[in-house]
Formats: sequence, C-alpha cells, structure tokens
Amino acid sequence: MKELLTLSLTGIFVMLLDMFNFRKLVFPLVLLGLTMTISWSIFDWGINQEIFNMVKIDNYALAFTIVMCITAILWLIMSESYFAKLPVSTDRYALVTFALVGAFVMVSYTNLVMLFLGIEILSVSMYVLAGSIKNDLSSNEAALKYFLMGAFASGFLLFGIALIYGATGSFDTEYIRARASEMANLDNGLLTVGIIMILIGLGFKISAAPFHFWAPDVYQGSPTPVTAFMATIVKTAAFAALFRLFITSFISNTDVWADIIAGMIVLTLFIGNVVAVRQHDAKRMLAFSSISHAGYMLLAVLCLDGDSDNSILFYTASYSVATILGFTILSIIQEKTGSTEISAFNGLAKKNPNLAAAMTIAVLSMAGIPPLAGFMAKYYIFANAISQGFLELVLFAIAMSLVGVYYYFKLIVAMYFHESHQVDTEPRIIKTDSLQNTLILICCVLLLLLGILPQLVYNNL
Amino acid sequence: MLTATLIFFPLIASALMLFIGGDNTKRAALVFAIAELALFGYAALTFNSNPKAFSFSTPWLPFGANFAIAMDGISFLMVFLTSLLMPMIVFASFKGDYTNRFYSLMFLMQMALVGVFTAMDGFLFYIFWELALIPIYFICLIWGGEKRGRITFKFFVYTLAGSLLMLAGLLYVYLATPDDHSFAINALYEAGQNLTREQQGWVFWAIFIAFAIKMPIFPFHTWQPDTYTTAPTPGTMLLSGIMLKMGTYGLIRWLMPLVPKGWDSWGYTAIILSVIGIVYASSIAIVQKDYKRLIAYSSIAHVGLISAGIFSMNMEGLTGGMVQMVAHGINVIGLFYIAEIILSRTGTRQIGLLGGIRSVAPTFALLFLIVLLGSVALPLTNGFVGEFLLLNGLYQFANMKLSLWIVVLAGLTVILGAVYMLRSYQSMMLGETNKTTEGFSDLDNNEKILLTIVSILVITLGVYPKPLIDIATPAITELLKIFQAGLVG
Repeated sequence: MKELLTLSLTGIFVMLLDMFNFRKLVFPLVLLGLTMTISWSIFDWGINQEIFNMVKIDNYALAFTIVMCITAILWLIMSESYFAKLPVSTDRYALVTFALVGAFVMVSYTNLVMLFLGIEILSVSMYVLAGSIKNDLSSNEAALKYFLMGAFASGFLLFGIALIYGATGSFDTEYIRARASEMANLDNGLLTVGIIMILIGLGFKISAAPFHFWAPDVYQGSPTPVTAFMATIVKTAAFAALFRLFITSFISNTDVWADIIAGMIVLTLFIGNVVAVRQHDAKRMLAFSSISHAGYMLLAVLCLDGDSDNSILFYTASYSVATILGFTILSIIQEKTGSTEISAFNGLAKKNPNLAAAMTIAVLSMAGIPPLAGFMAKYYIFANAISQGFLELVLFAIAMSLVGVYYYFKLIVAMYFHESHQVDTEPRIIKTDSLQNTLILICCVLLLLLGILPQLVYNNL
Repeated sequence: MLTATLIFFPLIASALMLFIGGDNTKRAALVFAIAELALFGYAALTFNSNPKAFSFSTPWLPFGANFAIAMDGISFLMVFLTSLLMPMIVFASFKGDYTNRFYSLMFLMQMALVGVFTAMDGFLFYIFWELALIPIYFICLIWGGEKRGRITFKFFVYTLAGSLLMLAGLLYVYLATPDDHSFAINALYEAGQNLTREQQGWVFWAIFIAFAIKMPIFPFHTWQPDTYTTAPTPGTMLLSGIMLKMGTYGLIRWLMPLVPKGWDSWGYTAIILSVIGIVYASSIAIVQKDYKRLIAYSSIAHVGLISAGIFSMNMEGLTGGMVQMVAHGINVIGLFYIAEIILSRTGTRQIGLLGGIRSVAPTFALLFLIVLLGSVALPLTNGFVGEFLLLNGLYQFANMKLSLWIVVLAGLTVILGAVYMLRSYQSMMLGETNKTTEGFSDLDNNEKILLTIVSILVITLGVYPKPLIDIATPAITELLKIFQAGLVG
C-alpha cells in the first residue's frame, strides 16, 4: 500500500511544484519517490497484503514494481536531455508518475474493476505523452491514433469484464476462478466470449497480432523517449496484468483460450519479425521488433506453469534494459543527425566507437545472442515451453528469432561497415554528455550481468 | 584452477588491450599472447602428475548448469594448439593496420576457444561456442575486404542457425536427464545413451549440423570460401587454424559418446558427405586461380578427411584426427601467411600472374616449400602422420562395413592435394620472373622468424609425433569405452 501512496503523492507534489515554479526540484523529487517505492517494495517482500479485496500486494506485484521503477529511473535519465531541448514544455514527470500508479494497480489487482482502472490511469497519461510535441504533426497523429485504438481496446475489455460478471457473478479474480473451473466442462457461452473479449482488449495493450496495427505508427510518431516508455513499462505492466488474470482466474479454462493464444503467437512472431525486415526507419523497425517480443512472451503465458511468472519477469526486465539502451542511442543519433533512418547509423563506429559498441550490445541482447540477458530470457521461455510439449511452436519461434537476427544486424552492418555518405552536413564525431555515458554504461553492465547471472532476477518469485 | 586461469587470462588481456594505444599496441598484444603460451607451458609440466589441478566446477545457473571445466588429453591438445597459434597470429598481424580493439577481440576469441575446448557442461559449452562467434564476426566485418558486409553476415547466420540446432539437441537430451535436470557432461552422456535409436538419430543430426557448418563439411560449406577470402589474414588464420577445430573437437567430445546409436546409424552418411567434400573441394582447388581461395578449398578437403577418420570410430581414426587437427592448424597458418606475403609484395593473389619468385627470393621459396610439403603430407612432415592414421582408421572401418572405394576416394585428398599444391607452387615460384615478380624482395626478419618457426614445427612434429599421440591416447580410449558401452546397452 505504501508503494501506491508514495507514487500517487509524488505525482501530486510534482504537479504542485510545477505550478509554483520550482521546476528544479522536480527531477530530484521524482527520483526520490521512485527510490522510496523501490525501498518499500523490498521492505514488503514476502508479506502478502490484501487491501479491501481490491489489490493484493504479493511478491509478484512487488517484483514487477521494482522492475518498472528501475526502468522508470533509467527512462528519466534518458529523457532529460531530449525534453530539455524541446521548444514546448510538458508535464512529463507528473504524467510518468501517474502512469506508474496505473502500472502498479495493473500488477497487483485482485478485482477486475481495478484492472480496468489501472489500465485507464496508465493509458490516459500515455495518450497525453504521445502528443507532447504540440506543434509536430506526427506526434499529434500518434496521440490520436493511440487514443482511438486505446478507447476501442478498453471497450472490448469492459465488454469482456461485463460478460464474465454475467457468467460468474463477481469481479473478484479468486471467486471467478472458483466459478470458472466449475464451468470448465460446460459449454458456457458467456464465459467463453468474455474470456475472448478480455484477451482481445489486452491484446491491443501488449500489441500482439492481429491487434498490433496501431503500434508502428504510434511508435514512430511519438517522441523517441515516449516510444521507449511504451515499449518498456507499458508493455511490462500489460503482460504482468494479462498473466496475473489468466493464472488466477482462467487457469482451468485452457481449452477456451490456449489455441487462440497459440494462434496469436504464430501471427505475432511472423508479422513482427518478417515486416521488421522491410523497414528502413530504425524507430519503426524497433516498433515491429517490440511486437515480435510480445510473441515470445506470450509463449510463457501459454505455458502457464510454475516458472512462467519468472520467465515473464526476466524477459520484461532484460527487454526493458536493452530497449532503454537502444532508444537512448537512437535519440542521441536523432538529435545529431535529425533522422531515425537506419542509414543515420552509418559510420557510427568511426564517429563514436563506444556508442556503436553499446548499440551492438543492445541489439545483440534483443536478438538473443549469449552471453547477454536477452539470450537467457529467450532460453527460459523456450526451455519451459519445450518441457510443456510446445516443441513445434518453439521451433517456429527459433526460426523467427533467426529472422530477427537479420534485421538487428542491419544496424550493426550500418554502424561498422557502411560509410556515412553526407559527410558535409553530418558531424564527424558524435559527443555524449556524462549523464548519457553513465546511463549507457549502467545498461550495458546490467545486460551482461543478467546474462551471466540470471538468478539475480529469476527464481525469486 | 589452472584451466580457469587459461580461460580468464585472455579475458583480462582483452580488457587491458582497450586501454593500450599507440605504438605499443602490437607489442603488448604479443606479450599477452606469449604470456598465455607460457602459462600453458607451466601447466603442461604438471599435466601428467597432477590431473586434478585441471578440473574445476562450481554451481552456476539454478537449472542444473555448472561452470565445470577440465582438461584431458584431447582438450590439452586443442588448448595447446590455441595457445601456440595465438602468438604466431598476433606476430603475423604486425604489418597490418590493426588497432587495439582488434587485439581485444582476438583475445576475447581466445578466451571463448579455450572455454569451448575445456567445458564439461553442455550449457557452458554452448555459451562459449556462441561467444567465439561474436569477436570473429566483428574482426571480419570491420577489417575485412570488399563485400564483407554481406559475406560475413552469411557466415554469421549459417553458424548461428547451426548452433541453435545444437542447443535444441542438447536441450532435448537435458530434458531426458532425471528430475532436477542437469547439463553435466556425464549426466548428458547417460541420458543420451538411454534414448531410443530413432531419438538418438534426431539428436545426432541437430548437433552434427552445427559441427558440420563450423568445419565445414559438404554441403554446409558454402559460407567458407568467401569468408576465408574476405576476412583479414589474422581473421582467416583464426577461422581456419583454430575455430574450425571447434567442430572436429565437438564431434569427439559432444557427439560420439552422447548418442552412440545415432552415431552408429548415421556415421556412414557422415563419412560419405565428408568424402564427397574431399573430392569436390580438391577438384575446385585444382582450377582455382586465387591463391587464398585455393587454400580455403584445400582446408575443406583436409577437414573432410579428419571428419571421415573420426567417424570410422576406432583408435587409429580418432588419434589421427587429433594429430591432424594440430598439424593442419600449423600448416594452414603458414600457408595463409605466405599468401599474405605474396599479396603485400605483388598486389595480387592470382596464381597465373606470378612466376619465378624463387630466383629473386630463395629463402622464401625454401620455407614455402617446407610448409607446402607438410600440407601435402610428405613422410617426415607433420601432415603425414595424421593423414596416414586417418586413412588407416578409415580403411579398417570400411573394410568391415563399407565399400573400399570410400577409402580410395578419401585417399584422393593426398594425391589431388599434391597436384594443386605443387602446381600452384610451380606456377608461382618457378620459371621466369615477370613484371609483377621482378621486384619481389626476399623475406624480412619478422617474416623469416615466423616462417622458420612454422617450418621447424612441421618437421619436428613430423619426425617425432609421439608426444601428441601419447597425450591423446588415454582420453580417446576413455571416450571410446563410453561410446562402445552405449552402443551395446
């Protein structure tokens, strides 16, 4: 509970400070709030608190909260220089803090109403953030698209919740489990349609195919740090929420949703990876790669056994760090060259070898090459799925991750092989400030550390 | 602990290289490489008396993967080869335009290679196996020749696809180990041998393809000639001298005892593929005009014979394989160095454009001849012992189970090898000088030192190969025992 209060109060204070022109205090205050949330989470570890039968702060919720707060701290450092150079100001600190409040509710709910509230708190903040460059057309377009699609998804979700209520008579996830398992063998239309509707609604949020089509445009149009936020924290929260719902409420109804999720996995992996190959814009490519990562994570949802929660936690953690690292470098490149095309990376190895090496680490981790965190993340999910008998799906996923290597390596080849062609207009050397260097170093170390000693995060739930 | 030191010293060297710049870069790299060789020499002194000092194991990942390393005879030979060749490769790179990052990658590669050759845990083996790929990819991508972007990418994807298959195979066996699964090598052996013959066949292919791509064996070889040709010469030396042996070593350690029945069912197919590779690569080498490409194809032929010998699953074949791995590593480095010398002097590698070099550079011609004779397996050179044992092993196997024609075809590697090697030597070194070769200066000191070392190794190991065989024998006997037990049970 302290976590939720701390986050909410931080958000409110930040708004007030912003109003009374204490802008300089805002950044330290948010950092303090996030650090306190992390400390509370560690402090509360192992104590299962249930609050008004609405949220239950268990280890699952706390672990995801810690991961998201750490990602948020990295994100704040990353976005600092980007937003400082924007002509327009935004209330990003308050919005991000409120988004985290929503994310916290999404990972700790025990009541479907709370799930819906959490998603809405998170999403409303994101709609505003996506449009935070007021005078930029693509940013506005992204915000509008995101809002319309988000509203659409919320509709599905709400419809699903209502149907589930109709079938079981409750919003409580534990109670739903009891009723749903009784009905598992009866062909209950309300329950079946309800589950599918919820799956569709959450499918939008995790950008799984065939509900992914908003993602590329929104990712490309939003300001780069906001895209990074969507790809990391929003995705983490949405997956944690999806998994929490299915393992608590619908675990005995696998025959309703297992095939649907399997189909979504195949589609998501295929579309995410194959379409990414054709992209020339790095930001859009990362958007498709983000879609494909949802496919790998869905495999863990499909397995739904004792290790899946650990797998998802580890995958989101390693993916978040790699994504923050990748987008940090992308935003530096964007700032210096004015472009997010893959060709903007040309010759980076000569302009700034350290930046190129860091980008290589990020990309190799996303591609799942050992000894980086991304490899262990995929390994856990694949090994788990094979032991559950999903061998064909895993083989398909492995083939698709080979396709993934193809487009990730386009960036590496651009950095190390292609010469930068517009020598006159582009800077010869790209410089980074010390804050960025620290962030990049931390991310690289985290990726290596998680790759060599994954048990630091895995096996703790 | 000694083995761990041998693995982690190159890692430290790799990190230190990042902070060394300027004129001292290359010298520092040479010092590190020689230090590793000295470390190995120190370790070798105690190898027979104190084998326990070489194994080390500590729990690593909670799902049954340990950081387990050890060294028996065959690991010893491979680590010997790695530590011996590294200083030579670094020395050979002195003329090139290489920065400290290049050497950092080289040492990272060395760490991974020593790790591959000593890992006694399936998961650890896989991690080192993949880790070896990343540095060599960047070495080829950054310092390679033209069209390197596409060629190195093909190389990367081929080998990565292979290793993912291998991971799938290892994982399959791992899941067959008793509850609380384990990746420990003995647990994997036991679980693998308990699989049915058909299951073993699947695992065999999953892992064999990974090794076949690395070596490479026909028809998985298509990445190799381009990659060898475009890679910078030190990269080519790493690829052909050491990295190729990851595959052949893997066959002996990670395939033969793991799935004996699968090996028994599909060994013939593997031999036939290897022999096709021998004939095919030798034929292409004969008509090859680019000298570096010719060596690349000759490498496919040689490794085909090594693999055929290993698959004959008897003492002679396996011992011959080990001896030939060491010999081939030394010879091929010499040959690629010679190709580099010719290129740097004349600006071309086209055999047809050269001629008469012997008359202007007699020392070079002599040392070249010695290395070349080692490569065509003349008696009393290092190539002879290995190839003789390999053919002998293959003969015994084929005599019982297959047609003798296989041995005749495999023997072609010696004859055809002599044909293309001697013909290219004749065309480049003998005859009249022409415009390109008139100004060919003889070897300078550095080149003389390196080629002399190679020549001495060629002759010494040819005259007295006993130490190599003695070290390999106990380890091979042990593995063969495990293999035969699994075949019967």
